[in-house]
Amino acid sequence: MADEKLAKENEAIEESDDEFMKKFSDDPENGTAEKEKEHESFPSKLSRLYWGKNRHNPLTKPLRKWVLLFLGPVTAAFIIGFVWPFIQGIYLSMCKFQLIQDAEFVGFKNYISAFNDAGFLRSFWYTALFAIVSLVLINVLAFAVAYVLTLGIKGSNLFRTVFFMPNLIGGIVLGYIWSMIFDGIFSALDMPSIVQNSTWGFWGLIILMCWQQIGYMMIIYVAGLNAIPEDMLEAAKIDGATRWQTLYKVTIPNMMPSITICTFLSLTNGFKLFDQNLALTNGQPILLENGVGIKQTEMLALNIYSTFYGTNTSARGTAQAKAVIFFILVAAIGLAQLAYTRKKEVQQ
Amino acid sequence: MTDKKTNTKKSEIKNADVKKADAKAPRTGKLSGEKKRMTALTVVFSIISIVYVFPVLAVLLNSFKVNTFVKTDTFSIPTGEMWAGFSNFINGMDVGNYPFWKSALYSLVITVLSTLLIVICTSMAAWYVARVNSLFCKIVYYLCVFSMVVPFQMVMFTLSKTADQLKLNTPWTIPIVYLGFGAGLAIFMFVGFVKSIPIEIEEAAAIDGCGPVRTYFSVVFPMLRPTMISVGILEIMWIWNDYLLPYLVLDVNEYKTIPIHIQYLKGSYGTVDLGATMAIILMSIIPVIVFYLVCQKYIIKGVAAGAVKG
Repeated sequence: MADEKLAKENEAIEESDDEFMKKFSDDPENGTAEKEKEHESFPSKLSRLYWGKNRHNPLTKPLRKWVLLFLGPVTAAFIIGFVWPFIQGIYLSMCKFQLIQDAEFVGFKNYISAFNDAGFLRSFWYTALFAIVSLVLINVLAFAVAYVLTLGIKGSNLFRTVFFMPNLIGGIVLGYIWSMIFDGIFSALDMPSIVQNSTWGFWGLIILMCWQQIGYMMIIYVAGLNAIPEDMLEAAKIDGATRWQTLYKVTIPNMMPSITICTFLSLTNGFKLFDQNLALTNGQPILLENGVGIKQTEMLALNIYSTFYGTNTSARGTAQAKAVIFFILVAAIGLAQLAYTRKKEVQQ
Repeated sequence: MTDKKTNTKKSEIKNADVKKADAKAPRTGKLSGEKKRMTALTVVFSIISIVYVFPVLAVLLNSFKVNTFVKTDTFSIPTGEMWAGFSNFINGMDVGNYPFWKSALYSLVITVLSTLLIVICTSMAAWYVARVNSLFCKIVYYLCVFSMVVPFQMVMFTLSKTADQLKLNTPWTIPIVYLGFGAGLAIFMFVGFVKSIPIEIEEAAAIDGCGPVRTYFSVVFPMLRPTMISVGILEIMWIWNDYLLPYLVLDVNEYKTIPIHIQYLKGSYGTVDLGATMAIILMSIIPVIVFYLVCQKYIIKGVAAGAVKG
């Protein structure tokens, strides 16, 4: 109760402080100019929007003349490398085409055939399953490793170096290394190779991803663990909390920002996975289901790629539609993360 | 200096704690348990570490093995008839009908040129965006943020066609494609940093008669260094290992990068000399590991900074 009162009082003081600042500051952003903004005419509003806030600033006024030098290269490359292909991609997803020149508008036909594609649907569920399993495994293991490393055991710097190392090796090379290792293991055990066994194809890829990603997530978790105020842990200790109680009641609640970042990172990484999938199994084995050959370990990105560049070039419209669906999926995860972190920030 | 001081102080305090606890230890027996647990953890982690580096060790072992034994005796140490000496490394140089040194060189050229281009151009753009903040700047900025959530598969077909039309399909021009597709994260990180440095410094320079270009290069540029290193590291890690973008954009018969080369070998699995392939893989990992060990501090910092991007 008393705490609440205090907090309320503090808030009130802060608020009045803000008002005070507003009244007496010359800053056009939040001072008297704020009121003027409400009454300004539409053209002047437009011009303010166009010129930005630092219109008469001695720095930015001459800077505007150099817009071509400062902004030109990036804008030009950005249009070539992103904006134009993106717009064209959206348009082509509603076309039938093999090359771009022969595009012929067909409406939403491509999307319908994408959703009727058994291989695509399978790769969607496969990817979702993969993303969730790898998310849980990677984060639990990375958190455990980070927790132990911050206890101050001997050689923790060396361990950190070792755990992070696989992260720098590219997906294709990783896939090759691990397919050699799995081949070695399975041939020693007289078992079929990884490209013939879809269960091992799945778990092999999970092992590979854990090996690669644990170090990365560990770095983020270590940073988070080091940021927990020492006195909080000490207070828990003095109050007689056991190690597990401290972990659950103090450490993990304080780690929520890092946990959110890592969760979303591993989720998007899982969904966008391509190189490792291509290099390890390339979607194999292929099984016949209802007369259609379906790649058992193919993920979304690889499915889109093989639809684009497979033997059937007339399916490119469908492939582009799949790519748009894929984009919406990944963007939704990204936006969910943004919304979630925003909400958290407001609460704090 | 101050850092060091506080560090030594902290360690002194820690030592004192340990000593106190040591004195208590015989009575409670708590610390000896703690110590034992710590040692046990160190031992466990040492074993895990060895398992962790094992895949790389396996590559090392197999790169010295005669081709036929790579598949059958993957995990044995190459001795006797298995020992191939350095012949794998010599054969590896032109395995897959393409000289390996050429792909390594192209990888290097593409990575260095693209990273330099991205760091310089996006830092300039980000400074302009953060300081001028006009409508156009806002559009560019939000488009960049948007581009971060777009997966490559969405634009890969159209991007490779556009790049082909504009003749951006050589290692010397592909940096422009990388600048376009990779600008998002870099701009985002630079703008975040520029906003955190006080504008007064630049204003003072401007009032003292510095033009914008000079203000940028002699005032802002040095201040941006830490972020430049972070961005540079992230771009290097991405571009060096990137497979799909160069594979689709470059004219692959003429120019291969290391990942393209290795995937090409994988495609002809079974017919290719496995020992030589392992030698190539080893040669492509070693520079990465050396780079990592040398710049470890910056890499870990850069990764932590880039992770916040979302």
